[in-house]
Amino acid sequence: MTMPMVSAVQVGKSFGALQVLKGIDFDVELGEVVCLIGPSGSGKSTLLRCINHLEKIDSGALYVDGDLVGYCRRGDRLYELKEREISVRRSNIGMVFQRFNLFAHMTALQNVIEAPILVQKRPRKEVTSEAIALLDRVGLGDRLDAYPDQLSGGQQQRVAIARALAMKPKLMLFDEPTSALDPELVGEVLDVMRSLAADGMTMIVVTHEMRFAEEVADKVVFMDGGMVVEEGPPKLIFGAPCHERTRAFLSRII
Amino acid sequence: MEVMQARKLDGVVPETPLDHANPKREQRNVASDHKLTVVPVRKPGRWIAAAVMAAAAIWLAHGIATNPNFEWDVVFANLFEPVVLQGLGLTLWLTVAAMGIGIVLSVILAVMRISENPFLNIPAGLYLWFFRGTPILVQLIFWYNLAFLIPEIVIGIPFGPTFFRGSANDLITPYSAALLGLGLNEGAYMAEIVRAGIMSVDQGQQEAARALGMRPGQILRRIVLPQAVRVIVPPTGNETIGMLKMTSLVSVIALSDLLYSVQTISSRTFQTIPLLLVACAWYLAITSVMTAIQGRIEKRFARGNRTVTTSWSRRMFGGSATRNPK
Ligand SMILES: Nc1ncnc2c1ncn2[C@@H]1O[C@H](COP(=O)(O)OP(=O)(O)O)[C@@H](O)[C@H]1O
Ligand SMILES: [Mg+2]
Repeated sequence: MTMPMVSAVQVGKSFGALQVLKGIDFDVELGEVVCLIGPSGSGKSTLLRCINHLEKIDSGALYVDGDLVGYCRRGDRLYELKEREISVRRSNIGMVFQRFNLFAHMTALQNVIEAPILVQKRPRKEVTSEAIALLDRVGLGDRLDAYPDQLSGGQQQRVAIARALAMKPKLMLFDEPTSALDPELVGEVLDVMRSLAADGMTMIVVTHEMRFAEEVADKVVFMDGGMVVEEGPPKLIFGAPCHERTRAFLSRII
Repeated sequence: MEVMQARKLDGVVPETPLDHANPKREQRNVASDHKLTVVPVRKPGRWIAAAVMAAAAIWLAHGIATNPNFEWDVVFANLFEPVVLQGLGLTLWLTVAAMGIGIVLSVILAVMRISENPFLNIPAGLYLWFFRGTPILVQLIFWYNLAFLIPEIVIGIPFGPTFFRGSANDLITPYSAALLGLGLNEGAYMAEIVRAGIMSVDQGQQEAARALGMRPGQILRRIVLPQAVRVIVPPTGNETIGMLKMTSLVSVIALSDLLYSVQTISSRTFQTIPLLLVACAWYLAITSVMTAIQGRIEKRFARGNRTVTTSWSRRMFGGSATRNPK
């Protein structure tokens, strides 16, 4: 049996006295789209950040693509990774943020080509033509030279997705990618994500867009209070949730 | 600025009145609506201020130009004296070199201050505390007299190999003492400016850069500093202009900068005021040039960020800011 793309075993994380993740267990298979839902403050962003090595976990084990997050195993010893090695791991995981976080002093095209050239040391010419194709794919082929503040929120988020894809990631993490958007701009971003899912990209999506989750997700994970309350295919979670907490959350949000 | 003139509004008023609920409005003379003229608000205060200021300016200019005590002929005669020009050259060179040292030092200090490593941020804090807490004049004299305190300068590992050894008397000339004094002091002041610039850059972008696999040094160089520059440039312009005049302190360690060289002339001829006017004319001329350069640099770095910039004339003479047109 092959290893799942992401595997969390009793993952725990605290900020000071505040225990944010209280033993998370869940798997994401290669090519799977998993939607992470749950009330605000339940630890969804923290979990994504742990998967991308932006936070260290305190207990349990977290595997991404077979590697233990934060450590490298030689024989039966675990060595803590150096910042440089962590950067390499991060570069294989794409991340899209709620607030887009585009580099404000760079054009759309420069945003996309920056990391492949700087981090992966790939030739500028090759990276640029790939970036143009990517921006074209997200529907921004005509806005290559626009600066972020000249783009709408939906356009900025699509550039951010192209920027993450330019690194050819094995896994894409989305943290509420449409929550900061005006309602009429949500659709264009979800369309891009839908087409990514159709192409077989492994994705973990934190979202409040239940229609999207129902339609695209292979699996929905409901988190509350730092724990996974229940998970399953969207039909089951949205149609016949087992837990009272899930029911209460869904009735509030839909 | 109000360049808006009386203008015809064509086609702004719709042909058919929209307000069907209010039949009275339909009786408006639609045919003449497109000939309406906009009359800007009158600003009498502006005109009164202009008149008062113009009168004051004429009175002042007339007084200065006709007062024989200013000895304008002496001013013009000495403006391009070789000694004065040499002094000007030294002043300019000291300003540029000390600012250069200060800027490089300040970036290092600012990064150290922000670092979470106490062995970096505490020494940087102590540096700032010392150099901002003591008068620059004292620092200059101190550096100049370093040879009394430490006759021999040795660079090496204590109890280990020596890389460099030299007599402080040979190394510390008035010139290097001035550079050290001004540069190290400036580094302390600029460090706070650079730190504020770095802090002004949105944290989210740094997180996005980390998520892309960029390392701290790369993030600083490619993402943070280019955007921090926007915040750093305006106060750096001020610092440079301040440095131009601060260099006049080096006369205490017998360096003949602009001020010192006009004083060498006036101590001979006793024409103190006109020669000080010569120095002022040069200081003002250079400040004007620097202000213009600052405006251009700011415009360049405003790229990708619609920020408020001011033209050099406004910067110099005051006035309201305009948004940078894109
Ligand atoms: N860096 C941090 N320091 C301290 N507390 C944090 C930090 N990040 C998140 N938290 C806390 O952890 C809890 C979970 O946050 P988060 O993972 O952002 O939840 P969600 O994304 O589900 O809304 C919240 O109570 C939040 O205040
Ligand atoms: Mg969140």
